[in-house]
Amino acid sequence: MIEQLLSDLSFFKPELTLVVTFLTAILTDLVFRRSPVVVAAVCLAGFALTGIFILGQNGEEALIFGNMLTVDAFAVFFKVLITLSAILVLVFSLSSAELNTPGRSLGEYYSLLVALTLGMILMAGATNLLMIYLAIELSSMTSYILTGYTREAPDSSEASLKYVIYGGLSSGIMLYGISILYGLTGTLDLYQLNQVLATGDINDFTLLIAGVFTMVGFGYKISAVPFHFWTPDVYEGAPITITAFLSVASKAAGFAVFIRFLKVAFVDAGAGEVAGGFWTMLQGFDWPLMVAIVSVLTMTLGNLVALWQDNMKRLLAYSSIAHAGYLLMGVVVMGNEGTAAVLIYFIAYLFMNLGAFYVVMLIANKTGSEDVEDYRGLAARAPFLSLSLSLFLISLTGLPPTVGFIGKLYLFAALLNSGWIWLAVVGGINTVISLYYYVKVFRNMYLREDEEKKGRIEVGAAQLATLVVLLVPIILFFFYFPPIVEFAQASIRIFGTP
Amino acid sequence: MEFLGIGILTWITFLPVVGIVLVLMIPKYQRDTMRWTSLGITAVQLFLSLILLSAFDKGMAGINSEAGMQFVEKASWIDVQSVAWFGRVHIEYFLGIDGISVTMVLLTALISLVAVISSWTIDKSVKGYFAMLLLLNTGMMGVFVSLDFFLFYLFWEIMLLPMYFLIGIWGGPRREYAAIKFFLYTLFGSVLMLLAMIALYFSTTALVGPDGLSITITEAAKSGLEGLEKVYTFNMLAMMDPASYEPGSLLAGAHTTWRYVAYVALFIGFAIKVPTFPFHTWLPDAHVEAPTPISVILAGVLLKMGAYGMLRISFPMFPDAMTEYAWMLALVGVISMIYGALVAMAQTDFKKLIAYSSISHMGVVILGMASMNTQGITGAVFQMFNHGTITAMLFLIVGVIYDRSHTRGLNEFGGLMTKMPKYAAVMTVAFFAALGLPGLSGFISEAFSLLGAFQTFRTLTIIAAVTIVLTAAYMLWVLQRVFLGTLPEKWNNLTDMDGREMVMLVPLAIIVIFLGIYPSPVLDLMNSSINHLAEILHHSATAGMVGAN
Repeated sequence: MIEQLLSDLSFFKPELTLVVTFLTAILTDLVFRRSPVVVAAVCLAGFALTGIFILGQNGEEALIFGNMLTVDAFAVFFKVLITLSAILVLVFSLSSAELNTPGRSLGEYYSLLVALTLGMILMAGATNLLMIYLAIELSSMTSYILTGYTREAPDSSEASLKYVIYGGLSSGIMLYGISILYGLTGTLDLYQLNQVLATGDINDFTLLIAGVFTMVGFGYKISAVPFHFWTPDVYEGAPITITAFLSVASKAAGFAVFIRFLKVAFVDAGAGEVAGGFWTMLQGFDWPLMVAIVSVLTMTLGNLVALWQDNMKRLLAYSSIAHAGYLLMGVVVMGNEGTAAVLIYFIAYLFMNLGAFYVVMLIANKTGSEDVEDYRGLAARAPFLSLSLSLFLISLTGLPPTVGFIGKLYLFAALLNSGWIWLAVVGGINTVISLYYYVKVFRNMYLREDEEKKGRIEVGAAQLATLVVLLVPIILFFFYFPPIVEFAQASIRIFGTP
Repeated sequence: MEFLGIGILTWITFLPVVGIVLVLMIPKYQRDTMRWTSLGITAVQLFLSLILLSAFDKGMAGINSEAGMQFVEKASWIDVQSVAWFGRVHIEYFLGIDGISVTMVLLTALISLVAVISSWTIDKSVKGYFAMLLLLNTGMMGVFVSLDFFLFYLFWEIMLLPMYFLIGIWGGPRREYAAIKFFLYTLFGSVLMLLAMIALYFSTTALVGPDGLSITITEAAKSGLEGLEKVYTFNMLAMMDPASYEPGSLLAGAHTTWRYVAYVALFIGFAIKVPTFPFHTWLPDAHVEAPTPISVILAGVLLKMGAYGMLRISFPMFPDAMTEYAWMLALVGVISMIYGALVAMAQTDFKKLIAYSSISHMGVVILGMASMNTQGITGAVFQMFNHGTITAMLFLIVGVIYDRSHTRGLNEFGGLMTKMPKYAAVMTVAFFAALGLPGLSGFISEAFSLLGAFQTFRTLTIIAAVTIVLTAAYMLWVLQRVFLGTLPEKWNNLTDMDGREMVMLVPLAIIVIFLGIYPSPVLDLMNSSINHLAEILHHSATAGMVGAN
């Protein structure tokens, strides 16, 4: 028993590191109350160490703690993604004017960021419905607090409250769904669930209800329509750094747990490897069609509503809803190719979305505004920031020569190759719609003059360096994308599935 | 042919990128240096195209055979090794030209140079302007020389942003509307093209050797190569090879629903760019708002890309669907011809009139291509070249008068003949060429197109012939309104064309007259390629794309 636990612990090093970092950060905060940079440094070191341990798990496969968690290539991929965005968001936070106001203690902010990351990383590897629920709750709770962290801003508190209400409701419904699943099958373990479902001795209608309810929880995490209502308000109200983190890492964790849930519990494990890497779904619940409908609703609504937005954070919030829709297209395929496309898209999405939010933050630092109208004439005031934001937005649209195009290319390829042609066409039309609101931003930056002739916006060398770090992959991974494709394709292996 | 170890096509395509770097390094206030640098770069580009022309072998057909392509450059660009459930992804840097593309390369180089000369009067953020103009140049050139679909798509898309900014920043009063309309329309077409491209990719295979270069299955069989790895391919030549189509794949076979769907998707993508009726509404807006040099490029080169795409991609890759829908193509062409001419007749804005005449003239190209015989396609390609030179002249002519009078209202002029004799001479040449007067280049290409079309679509062609009268009517009416009658008081101090304007217009006029009298130099270039293309169309129209095994 103890030996088992000890050997399991050796697979738990990244998570343990985060726990230790969290505690150390709190203690450091007590000592260095006046200089939160020290806490930030501790957290950064913690993240770096976590990253090293995660990379060390590459190629390992294990089920640990009584089948609560697993370590496999799929989990490692998402852990890398989450840790990388945590590091970037931490760096962003250092230069955020909205956070670094006099009188605010940022120690808690940094330590909560670590706790949030821990929740997401647990989501990436959870294989038990209870564990999934707990991991989602851990990340949600910390997100609520971080969303309301700038409490002097009224919309921040409002966002936090809305987040709590929607989050509570969704997780309640999800818990209800899980309890029905438990009642149906007598187990919470995804692998055992699969075996029971495979017998086919289940009431289809009850399974449908349970499936839909459980999906509410996932849909809320990835902000899929119709569980997205919290997203615009929370993204607008939260500090930009947290918005950026939620839009990338939280979504990634949600997708990780959703794909794992589908693949482990609802794929016929006995069917073995099928040609072309398609999964053989169990009878009873038509997941592909269900996900396809949610996907179409999500991207279309996200894009259409984004057309009317004037606040950059809200615009990017709806754009991120639309991107959840694109990503769901990859899930619809229910096969290796679709999953790989989702992973490839996530790599692209990490850089382009974080980058876009970062530029919005840098601009808000100087101008104090996130209004699209205030971006008039920005090209003259901040040429490099405008150019960077344009590139990030072009990538979000999915135009060459940016990595966003590669993401879209693989998604569409997966869809066409599996016969979901109508869905690919809907995705294509959505791309055209999305262009309109992204162009609105560079229209204001480049085409319109700033009447008041405000001065230039200067950014520091550190910020420029961070921007370059985000920009290089955007261009580089278009002209040479084998690394990301190979990484993604090697990462689709989910433990215990054909 | 190589310079410094780099192929001539790469030089021609990427020289403007060198220009961008140079322009960006020049200090902001040295505007003339930027202008001269851009001029130098495009002049060298034209010079290289002329070298290309002199070395071009007119006897080689190209189209679907790599051996028939000239100045081929091929290198492995992206190679993702295969995993069990997903084949190896192999993308090449594959350039080459044949008789159809060589004329377009020449046209692009020529028009780009003229556009730079015409850009001398641009004063607003000169640096950004020339950087965008040169980027646009690379995109256009790349489209005409790419033989790998992925590469083709990259160049095709890369033009969108510079064009958006060139119209949006340096355009007229409604520039924002015109720019976004252009962008949305073209992106819609490109997305459909992207989906068709992916479908083609998953339907065709080529063989990849140990050197990492792909070869079509037919050509490998011919040269007796064996033991090569079969991979999905973006190689356009493989997509034209019936033996490459995987049995059972989405686009294999002949006259299947999916082949029709893919053909229509590609057609819409290209038709938006041409543009033909009913996808043309972005063009008048874009032309009216764009600054003169951009109108010149738009009409002179960009519109040709749509028609070129049909010839390079739709025709040889979908001969069955093409035969099936040729009537549709012809109909769209004829409607564009007549509709464009009628709308042009009602215009009082000089530039809008030329824009609609463009739609009408591109209709001729579409009708000529739809005939699917040698005369018709020859006429179409020659018309593409001639329309490029003639319409460039027309837009420059509008620019000349607009620079002086700051109005484009046709009814505000009159009696300019005596006031601006040089201008009148050049304009007369351009207008008579546009209305198809024998002895000028426009006549020959229109005659060929209609001649070819008449053999296939008798009634439609007879209806289309009405356009000749309509075109003559509105063109002559413009000449009358501008040059005859009495000169209004306010234009008493108009000056005739200056040296710079002569430099950009006179060479074009000479080309128009020369090709009108002696068209053979250009016709000979494309003759064997077009013969071959027509042959392919007839051979595989019924057979379709059925895999050999």
